Amino acid sequence: MLTRLKHDLTMADTARVSDGARVDLLLVADMVTPGARVLDIGAGDGELLRILGEERGVDGRGIELSREGVNECVAKGLAVIQGDADTDLAHYPDDAFDYVILSQTLQAVRRPRVVLENMLRIGRNAVVSFPNFGHWRIRLQLGFGGHMPSTDNLPYAWWESPNIHFCTIKDFRDLCDVANAKMERAVALNADGKPLGFNAPWWFWNLFGEQAVFLLSRRG
Amino acid sequence: MGDVETAASSALRAGEADAPRNSHVAHFGPDRPLKLDAGVELSPFQIAYKTYGTLNADRSNAVLICHALTGDHHAASPNPVTGKPGWWVTMVGPGKPIDTERYFVISSNVIGSCMGSTGPASTNPQTGQPWGLDFPVITVRDMVHAQAMLLDFLNIDTLFAVAGGSMGGMQVLQWAASFPKRVFCALPLACATRHSAQNIAFHEVGRQAVMADPEWRHGRYFVEGTEPRRGLAVARMGAHITYLSDAALHRKFGRRFQDRENPTFSFDADFEVESYLRHQGSSFVERFDANSYLYLTRAMDYFDLAADHGGAVANAFRGSDTRFCVVSFTSDWLFPTSESRAIVHALNASGGRVSFAEIVTDKGHDAFLLDEPELFAITRGFLDGAAKVRGLKNGA
Repeated sequence: MLTRLKHDLTMADTARVSDGARVDLLLVADMVTPGARVLDIGAGDGELLRILGEERGVDGRGIELSREGVNECVAKGLAVIQGDADTDLAHYPDDAFDYVILSQTLQAVRRPRVVLENMLRIGRNAVVSFPNFGHWRIRLQLGFGGHMPSTDNLPYAWWESPNIHFCTIKDFRDLCDVANAKMERAVALNADGKPLGFNAPWWFWNLFGEQAVFLLSRRG
Repeated sequence: MGDVETAASSALRAGEADAPRNSHVAHFGPDRPLKLDAGVELSPFQIAYKTYGTLNADRSNAVLICHALTGDHHAASPNPVTGKPGWWVTMVGPGKPIDTERYFVISSNVIGSCMGSTGPASTNPQTGQPWGLDFPVITVRDMVHAQAMLLDFLNIDTLFAVAGGSMGGMQVLQWAASFPKRVFCALPLACATRHSAQNIAFHEVGRQAVMADPEWRHGRYFVEGTEPRRGLAVARMGAHITYLSDAALHRKFGRRFQDRENPTFSFDADFEVESYLRHQGSSFVERFDANSYLYLTRAMDYFDLAADHGGAVANAFRGSDTRFCVVSFTSDWLFPTSESRAIVHALNASGGRVSFAEIVTDKGHDAFLLDEPELFAITRGFLDGAAKVRGLKNGA
């Protein structure tokens, strides 16, 4: 299911660079220091772990919900386990990783707060990317169309969507407060996967960012 | 079944236990005893083994194959007793996932077995007769310690990989726990960190079937010229069911009758599935020793990694650099996925590097021995990835 979601995200060809890597994954990879220990939650087909391993020399592990995704990853030699962000993070000890990454998966977990807290418990840093439900096109569809939005990023009808916890960029900042997460870096991406201006105000990101990537650390 | 036939197959196996055909045998004299968990020493003893492929100059490409309960060391070459192909020819061989053109594969028979490593069917040098129940009770850890002595004998310090399913998977986990520095990567398939109550219960039924056979004679059947064929066959029939699945049995046999149109209203083998099980039982008796069956089932029952490591499996793997690939099968109800997941959680908790995949199949526990393309792809990918890190070249 998450694999499918990720696959859909890759359909926007403009969001890929010349070697075919997804811009949002490259952005996530860019937030990780070389050689770090990384856990990728929702590893999909392993593309992010591959990028991290090949380009950042990262010691990467993954969790993936779909059996197909896991088997594909393991057959590629990646250390990925079949599991679930909601139930399996509890088994990892504190500070097991330098970075715990949740890429395009937050909206599909049952308890986003618990997941984020676990991420910041087992990792010194968390990287979270998610589709922004505050984007103007989504607001238009809901506000004027009167329908649950459907976009390239979020192509599902509401009754079959794996996405059960949508949030806007502003909403995510609230979660960070509640979960005691400190924002180290935040980037909003437009529909082409290109970063929006760094100095733009939050309301601008919340309106024009199709997705956002946050680098977080533990507060205090 | 006449006495002549009984005596013949019995003698055949006695010969196999002491002098296995088509096998290498490593002898360990009085200077190198095996210290057993039971608190006694086994000495002298021997280990039967096969090797496939070539050891590289660095001695870094060795892969140890661990067999299951009634398996043996003939993993990738014909079995001299049955004449059938090796039990893991799908997995081990030139170009196979465990590629003998790249790896030096060592496949050894566990102690306690009857196929050439010292066990209850072997001749006790003290008496000149088979050990029978005088053989000490052994554990999975004893099997692994014996294998470690075999590696010393072969002058191999570190294994590139240890792989096996079921009881073989238990040995893999024990290897990683006992000798983490000697195991670069580990492939425990369809197994668990401990034998469950249900599994112990199944084993007990099998042992009781053997021991209830009047021909068993308290394990002295070798000496008394008898053989507990019926008991061992029933034990195998019961066990065999646990290796399959409801769906697989239904797919293979359904409720079809065996060579007849209608039920006979008797206790003959009316159904195909009955006939099949009877065949499984009687052919097993031809190749396996009843006392060995008791000892090896016992060894599996005693297996409990957590108990050996302060109550937590994670302790068994703490600080280990071994790379793990755990595999389970959806229809395996003997070692269900939850057991493999427990291994994975323990490895996560200890900071271990682990891959874990569950494969969809209706073939039950035995799936690890069968044609499962996904298992082959996963094994190949995992070993390739590890070989790259280990610096093993293609073609050794």
